[in-house]
Amino acid sequence: MSSHDLLIGLAGVLFAAAPVVFATIGETLTERAGVINLSVNGTILLAAMSSFAVAVSTQSIVLGFAMGMLIGAAVALLVAYSSIALKQSQVAVGFVLTLMARDLAYFLGNPYMGRQGPRVQHLPIPVLSKIPVVGPLFFNHDLLTYFSFVLIGLAWWWVFRTRPGLTLQAIGERPAAAYARGAAVNKLRYLYTALGGALVGLAGPTYSLSVKAGWKGTISGLDGIGWIALALTIFGGWDPVRGAAGAYLFALLQWLGLVLQPYLPNVPSQVLQVAPFPLMILTLLLVNIGNAEWVERTLAGLPPDARRAISKVLRWMQVVPPASLGVPFEEE
Amino acid sequence: MEIQLRHIHKTFGPVHANDDITLTIPSGAIQGLLGENGAGKSTLMKVLSGYFHPDAGEILLDGQPVTIHSPADALRLGIGMLHQDPLDFPPMKVLDNFMVGYPKGLGLPRAEARQALLDLAAQFGFSLDPDAYVGSLTVGERQQLEIVRLLWLGAKALIFDEPTTGISAQQKEKLFAALRRLAAEGKTVIFVTHKLEEVEMLCDRVAVLRAGRLVGEAFPPYDLDQLVRMMFGKAVSKGERVNTALGKPVLEIKNLAVEDVRVRIQGVDLTVREGEVIGLAGMEGSGQRHLLRACAGLVRPVDGEIWIDGHNLTGKSYHEFMRRGVAYVPAARLEEGLVPTLTLLEHMILAGEQKGLIIDRQAALQRTHERIQTFSIRGRPHSPIESLSGGNQQRALLALLRPGLRLLLMEHPTRGLDMESAIWVWDTLKRRCREERTAIFFMSSDLEEILHYSDRILVFFSGQVSEPIPAQETDVEHLGQLIGGRGFQPVQEATP
Repeated sequence: MSSHDLLIGLAGVLFAAAPVVFATIGETLTERAGVINLSVNGTILLAAMSSFAVAVSTQSIVLGFAMGMLIGAAVALLVAYSSIALKQSQVAVGFVLTLMARDLAYFLGNPYMGRQGPRVQHLPIPVLSKIPVVGPLFFNHDLLTYFSFVLIGLAWWWVFRTRPGLTLQAIGERPAAAYARGAAVNKLRYLYTALGGALVGLAGPTYSLSVKAGWKGTISGLDGIGWIALALTIFGGWDPVRGAAGAYLFALLQWLGLVLQPYLPNVPSQVLQVAPFPLMILTLLLVNIGNAEWVERTLAGLPPDARRAISKVLRWMQVVPPASLGVPFEEE
Repeated sequence: MEIQLRHIHKTFGPVHANDDITLTIPSGAIQGLLGENGAGKSTLMKVLSGYFHPDAGEILLDGQPVTIHSPADALRLGIGMLHQDPLDFPPMKVLDNFMVGYPKGLGLPRAEARQALLDLAAQFGFSLDPDAYVGSLTVGERQQLEIVRLLWLGAKALIFDEPTTGISAQQKEKLFAALRRLAAEGKTVIFVTHKLEEVEMLCDRVAVLRAGRLVGEAFPPYDLDQLVRMMFGKAVSKGERVNTALGKPVLEIKNLAVEDVRVRIQGVDLTVREGEVIGLAGMEGSGQRHLLRACAGLVRPVDGEIWIDGHNLTGKSYHEFMRRGVAYVPAARLEEGLVPTLTLLEHMILAGEQKGLIIDRQAALQRTHERIQTFSIRGRPHSPIESLSGGNQQRALLALLRPGLRLLLMEHPTRGLDMESAIWVWDTLKRRCREERTAIFFMSSDLEEILHYSDRILVFFSGQVSEPIPAQETDVEHLGQLIGGRGFQPVQEATP
């Protein structure tokens, strides 16, 4: 493979990862607020199908994207409402919604199967895209990919560097204390669930109008992405940057599966297609290995310098969930 | 800021937690609020700081009537509350935690906040590292952090809810110095406590609550005997004491030490004989519950030994203790003692001695009817257990106990029961002592109950345990003082 091909390939990874980045960051914001929205997988499918349908019918890409985000926010609000107002289990409601949204997408999407639709335009950034290496990697994409780059930084800045972001951390960690300090806990939970849901919904049209343009029903290849996003949220330690890094790793593994296929004729192609999933789990387990007791015991046997260095890395990698994730909050 | 509370009422279901409380709290002084557990102190303070809305009554700040909807509202009006368990965020850094709740702006005023934190901390002689994690601080340091945070946000009145629980003597000194300084600066300081010595040491005035009512106010120099009487009320006799002849030792505790995060008790030596009743007195969380649970095999002691009928059971499981005839009746009836949604009959089946796979419903039904009769439970075999009243649940719990027990361990045997049920429960228990030679080891916050039914009494005070006191040689006032830590002579000094 030439270096040019490699560059194109890696740029493709960044492009293909954009929807996973959206979904992961959306779920990260929602869970930071203390709500688990398990409907991600179904939401992505339903949003992908509906925004494609809207875009085909109206020939408007913008309306298509609006539809996708609207659906994401609406499904997420169902989870929030049933949990906050109706005191139902977030896990159960989210689970049922994810199945229902998926089947709805397949069912309602039938008339649009295989139709030609509009696509998001490719938009290289003048000047910047001409820079060697960096240009083709980062500045030769469509608007959505650029937005995914911006979103990572924006979300990180919001959560860790702003006053509302600090409040967001607080309501997911200890809502009673956040309430004592003036946070409208449940209102904010609605807000962040809707916002996170809209970002999850954005992943749908990013597939159907760009990354995997079109709607092909059950063979669209989108089923399962939502579960990956959920796992990335957890393994990313509810940090937008780390979650996004996981999304890129996943896209990279998928790409490698395709690229390596010609070189490994004896391996069935299904193995390479499925390989990213278990590999992903393995990598994520490795990242969080510092939590295991046997690691601590092994570390104790190392010379002090090495031990300190390794445990520093491990501690950095370790993740702690928001303490009140999935726990409803009542005032008084 | 002068705070006036006028005719405050607050009820929770049938419990009148605050019953017509009227109290004026001046600024520039330390106002004590004294009362035993459940006297209504915390409820009153939560009304003042916006957590609860009073059912009736009004609050005036500097003569102006105010309505407080939320804790944030209270803080805007200048009232801040420090909770017994600091309401902060352990995984955050001190500086971040300090800034949560800062009312305005998008960006975080890091530099300004850091400076304010360091300045305020220095004023009070606190050493707080803005970059440390809150979770790595001691409870005392977390309190200090809350104090400077509330001051930074403009608090003019500070409420301290039992602030000396779980902090070291040194930190207590610092805390008291800070409170005095706050009062000297003209702030209003409210100090909620159940410890007499702290009132004596610190407060410029004290209001005493009992059973939801304001009993009275007192000023220094305090008459401690009078305070005790105000706190616990007058002695009411429950008829004749019954003493049971004691038999051979059932439970032997040798140099026992148990601990949890909050308290450590150690060096406990005690022999309990057949038919004997031992009462454990002390404020909640002083270690009584831990000792009881250790004797049931539910908590592993850190040191010492527990013998039952001459068998060393130290470190053995609860089931081993059960086999030796030990039973444990927890205070949280529905959480730990009974299974909600199951019926009385099903409870009898669960607790019964039936073997095999198939339930003999006929026999079980018969036995349930018998027990309902004997224990005069107001309920039917098919009543779900949570549909019974508290008193009947307690009767059911007692009905589930096997006959012929050697040692019965009980938390608050009559808590929440009316007089009639309580007396009935004790009649039943005493009968077990007499007829089955069972020994009873129980804790209660009702001193009358402890005095009346125990043969000997152990008093717990912040991790220290007294020598067994024969019940005939003491009275409510003496016990009350011991519980408040006055004239306390522990078996052994607890190490922090």
